[in-house]
Amino acid sequence: MNPKLTDLDSPAKNVGKARAHVSQNEGLIFEQSAPGKRGMELPPLDVPAIDPAKALGSQHTRDAIEGFPEVSEIEVIRHFTRLSTWNYAIDLGMYPLGSCTMKYNPRVNEFVARLDGLATEHPEQPAEVSQGCLRILHDLQKCLLSITGMDAATLQPAAGAQGELTGLLMIRAYLESQGNPRHKVLIPDSAHGTNPASVVIAGYEVQNIKSNSRGQIDTDHLREFVTDDVAALMLTNPSTLGVFEERIAEIAAILHERGALLYMDGANMNALAGVTRPGDFGVDVMHLNLHKTFSTPHGGGGPGAGPVLAKKILEPFLPVPVVVQKPDGTYALDHNRPKSVGRVRAFAGNFGVLLRALAYTLAYGPGIRQATEDAVLNANYIRKNLEPYFDLPYNLPSMHEVVFSDARQKTKGVNTMDIAKRLIDYGFHPYTTAFPLIVPGAMMIEPTESESKQECDLFIDAMRSIAAEADATPDLVKTAPHSTRVGRLDEVAAARKPVLRWKPA
Amino acid sequence: MRYLPKSPSERQEMLASIGTRSIEELFTSIPEKFRLRAPLDLPGPLSESEIIQYFQARAAENARGYVSFLGAGVYQHLRSVAADALIQRGEFLTSYTPYQAEFAQGTLTAIFEFQTLMCQITGQEVANASMYDGSTALTEAVLMAERLTSRRHVLVARSVHPEYRQVLHTYAKNLGLEIEEIGYTASGQLDRAALKPETLARTAAVVVQSPNFFGVLEEIPALAEVAHASGALLVTAITEAVSLGIVRPPAEADIVAMEGQAFGIPPSYGGPYVGVIATRDKFVRQMPGRLAGQTTDAAGNRGFVLTLATREQHIRREKATSNICTNEALYALAATIHLCLIGKEGLREQALQNLAKARFAQSELEKIPGVRRVFTGPTFNEFSLEFPRSVKMINAELLREKIIGPFALGTQFPELTKRAVICVTETTPRAEIERFAAAVRRILEKPV
Amino acid sequence: MYPADYRYTKDHEWIKVQGDIGTIGITDYAQQELGDVVFVDAPKVGAKLAPGKSFGSVESVKAVSEIYSPVSGEVTETNSLLVDTPEKINTDPHNTAWLIKLKLSDPKEVASLMDAAAYEAYIAEQAKEHSA
Repeated sequence: MNPKLTDLDSPAKNVGKARAHVSQNEGLIFEQSAPGKRGMELPPLDVPAIDPAKALGSQHTRDAIEGFPEVSEIEVIRHFTRLSTWNYAIDLGMYPLGSCTMKYNPRVNEFVARLDGLATEHPEQPAEVSQGCLRILHDLQKCLLSITGMDAATLQPAAGAQGELTGLLMIRAYLESQGNPRHKVLIPDSAHGTNPASVVIAGYEVQNIKSNSRGQIDTDHLREFVTDDVAALMLTNPSTLGVFEERIAEIAAILHERGALLYMDGANMNALAGVTRPGDFGVDVMHLNLHKTFSTPHGGGGPGAGPVLAKKILEPFLPVPVVVQKPDGTYALDHNRPKSVGRVRAFAGNFGVLLRALAYTLAYGPGIRQATEDAVLNANYIRKNLEPYFDLPYNLPSMHEVVFSDARQKTKGVNTMDIAKRLIDYGFHPYTTAFPLIVPGAMMIEPTESESKQECDLFIDAMRSIAAEADATPDLVKTAPHSTRVGRLDEVAAARKPVLRWKPA
Repeated sequence: MRYLPKSPSERQEMLASIGTRSIEELFTSIPEKFRLRAPLDLPGPLSESEIIQYFQARAAENARGYVSFLGAGVYQHLRSVAADALIQRGEFLTSYTPYQAEFAQGTLTAIFEFQTLMCQITGQEVANASMYDGSTALTEAVLMAERLTSRRHVLVARSVHPEYRQVLHTYAKNLGLEIEEIGYTASGQLDRAALKPETLARTAAVVVQSPNFFGVLEEIPALAEVAHASGALLVTAITEAVSLGIVRPPAEADIVAMEGQAFGIPPSYGGPYVGVIATRDKFVRQMPGRLAGQTTDAAGNRGFVLTLATREQHIRREKATSNICTNEALYALAATIHLCLIGKEGLREQALQNLAKARFAQSELEKIPGVRRVFTGPTFNEFSLEFPRSVKMINAELLREKIIGPFALGTQFPELTKRAVICVTETTPRAEIERFAAAVRRILEKPV
Repeated sequence: MYPADYRYTKDHEWIKVQGDIGTIGITDYAQQELGDVVFVDAPKVGAKLAPGKSFGSVESVKAVSEIYSPVSGEVTETNSLLVDTPEKINTDPHNTAWLIKLKLSDPKEVASLMDAAAYEAYIAEQAKEHSA
C-alpha cells in the first residue's frame, strides 16, 4: 500500500464533510520583492514636475523606503489569493461562534457600497450635495429605532466597544445633569471583556456582580448592590449563556427606583429582532453590533459599527453631529448640540458599514422576525441533538445560542480547546471556547439563521463523532488539528520573544 | 426569503425533533407582555434589484461627477481594481478574527505584512493590526503616553485636525487628563516658544500633526528634542499618509497615529477607514489593539498568531490598555494590497505628483488679485490661502459649477476667516485645476 | 516541596526573611495554575509596598496574575534573570526565580502569614474546590 494514500485517507485528516486538498505555499510579499518590479502605474504628470528637496528642504525629504515591496500585479494577485485559501470563511461553512452571529454577508451589500456617488463622497462636502448619504443614515436610524423600540440614535461609534463607551458617556452626562454622575457601574461576571474595559474609559469604577445559580442576574440580591453611587447596570440580554433574563422588568425597576440606568449590550440582538424590543422591557440605552446582527462582513476582524440607541431622556447627550431631517424635508448634520458628550470619532461614522446594514434591513423588511425565529430554531435543534453527548451546565431555555461544557470529556483529559481544534478537521470553524468565564471549559455555540438543516446535521454529526473519539481515542482529539497547513502554533514563544514585523536579512 | 436556507417542511421537522409544535414555544422565556404581536414598522422587503434601485437613487442625490478640492483628513487618491477584487474574496471578506490560528493563516500573514509596511513607512519599530481611524488612534496614542510617563498633562497643537482634537477631548475629560492647546506661528507650524521646560516637565506628550491641518510640515526632530529633554513624549498624527512617499517620516516621534485611508481606501462619506499606531519596541506592551507575531508549529513550519493578548480587553478586562476589540482588519488588508501594488517607486511617484499638482494649483490661484498664501512653512498637497471675500460665498458659487471648494477655516479657527485649505491630489486633472482657478477668478471679479 | 523556612499567602506568594530583608516570589501552585510564563511586570527599585497591595504581575499567554505584597517595605532589588528568561518561574519558582527583595518596615507582619504546613493544607482544599 502506498503510505501516502493511506495517510490522505486517514480518519485524522478526512472526516465528516471535509477532505484534505492541495494548497499553495506562499512566503511573505517582501521575500518576493526585487528592484524594478511594479504593480501599478500612474498616468503621466500633466503639470511641471517639482524637485522635493528644493520645494520642501532636504530636512523634510526622505530616502527610498527600505525593504518596501516591489512586485508585479500578477504576484500580488497570486500572493493574496493563495493566502485567502488558507482561511476559513462563512462563505465556506458554519461558524458556530457564540455571541459572534456569523451570518451570511449578502453580496448585493458589497455592490451598493461601491456605487459611484456613494463610495466617492467626502464627509466634509456640503450637505446640499450629500442628501443621498444623509438620507441613508437617517433611514437606517429609523429602522434601528423601530427594531429596538428606542427614541434617539447615533451611528457614530465604529464598533460595539465604542458604542458601549458612548452609551456610558451619555449616562454620565445625564446623571451629571441630574446633579450627581455617581461612581460605579455594575457588570455581571458573564460579561464580554469590552464591558469592564469601556466602563474604565468612561471614568467609572467596575463593580462585578456574581450571576446566580441559573447564570442570570441575581435579582433577589440586586437591591443591595444598587446604591445611590451606582450609575448603571450593564447587561447582555439574552445573556452570554443564550438565556433571556426573565426578570428583566424587575431589574429595570430596581435600577430606576434608585435613579440608575439600564444599559444593554446588544451583541445578542439576533435572538430578539422582530420578536421583542429592548425599549419595551426597560432598557434606557444600548448598542447594536452591525457586524453581528445586521450581516455586515467581519473581514477578518473589522470594520464594524456600534450604533447607540437611547430613550428620550438621553437624547440631548448624543454625540455630535446628529443626523436630522429638517422641516423642509432635507437632511443635515446638526452640530448645534450644547449638551452633547462630544465627538467619539472623526466624521459621521463608518458609512460604508452603515449602508450595508441598511441594505440588509431593507431586504427583510418586517419579515426580519423570520431570521430571528430561524436562528433560535437552529440553536435549539443543535442543543437537543447534542445534549446526550455534552454536559449542559445551565438547563434553561436557550435562545439563539447554547453553552455546553467539556466536563464529560475532561474525564478523559480532553478539554474544550481540543474538541474545538478537532472540529477543524471536520471542516467547521470552532465554537467559542473558554467564554463566558462563569462556565469552566465552555463550548458556546451559535449557528445563526444562515445554516440549513443539512449544515446543522453535519455539525451535530461532527460533534457526536468527536465525543466518541474523546472517549475511545482521546489522543487523536488532543493533538488536533491534523489537516491544516500548520499545527498548533507555539504561542508561548510568540509572547516571550515577540517578532512583530519582517526585517531584511 | 433568499437569505434563509430552510423550507417550511424542514422547519416542521426540526421543531418535531426538538419536541415543540410551534416556534412560539421557543420564545416563552420572554415575558408575554414584551412579545410583539404585530410585525415591526419597517420598509421592505425589497428584492435585490429594488435594493440596487434604492441605493442608485441615493447616489444620484450626492456629488457624482463633481471635482473636489477638499482634503481635511480624507483624500481622493488612486485605487486599484485588483485590490478591490481581492478584498471581495469570501475567504477574506467573510472570515472571522483569527483567534484560531491554524485556520486563519491568510488573515494573520496579511496582518503581519501590514504591521511591517506601517513600520517601514513611518520609520517606527512596531505597529499594530489597526485602530478604528486616525482620530481614535491619536486619542489612544495620547492615553498610551499617559500610561508610559504617569503624567496627566498633554500639549496639543491647534494645527491638529479639529475633529481629532474633539475626539481626544471627549475621551480625556473623564480620565483626568489636562489638555492644553498651543498655537502656531506665521510659518503655520507649532509655536515652539510656547513649549516651556517647566510645563514640559509635567507633560505626558506633545501632540502635533504633520502635514498639519493647514497643510504645513512640522519640524519633528526639533520638537522631539525639546519634548524628550523634559521627559515628555512626542506623538505625531498623520492624516495624509501618501505624504510619506517623499516626506521624511517622523522617526524621532515616540508614537505615530496615522490615518491609512489615503492608501487606496475610498472616501465613503467618512468611513470605514483604517487607523494605525506605530511606536518603539520598548513601548509595545502599552500599545493597544491586536498584534500578529511570528512563530512556529511543532514541525518547524513558520506561522503567525495573535500575540501579547494580555494587553487586551478579553483577558485584562478593566485593566486593559484599551476596550478595542473589532478594528478595521479588512481595510488594513486593502491598504496592504494597495501598497504592494503601488510599491516603493509608485508611492514615491504618487507623492511627487501630489506635490507638483498642488504647487501648480497654488501658483495659478496666487495669480488672482487678492489671493495670498497664508503660511510660510513647507507644504505637501494641501496649502492655505487667504481670499478677499468669504470662503463660504465663494464655495456656494463654485458648487453651481460642480466644484466642491476648499475647506473654510473660519468656523473652526475664528482668527482665520476668509482663509481656506486647498487640497490637490494626483487624481485632479490639470484642466480641472485651471477650471477651478478660472472660476474663482470670475467669482471674485463679480461686484459684491 | 514547600520550604519550611518560608511563609505563604492566600494569593500564593512566598516570602523568605533574612534579617530585615525579605525575598518574595510566587509558589509552585501559582506557576502551575498560570501555565508557561511569558512576561514579568516588576516594580521599580525604591517602590513602597503595603500588605495586600499589588506590585506587579506575571503573565502567561492567556492569563495575567497580579502579585500582592505580603508585607510592608521598600523594594531594594528586582530579579534581572526574569527579564530574558521569565520561564524560570515555571522551573524554579521557589529559588532562582524570586521576584523582588524588599527591606521590611515591620518584620512582625511575617508572623501572621501561613507556614508551609498551613499552606499545603490550604492548596489541598483549593484543589478539591476546583475539581468539585
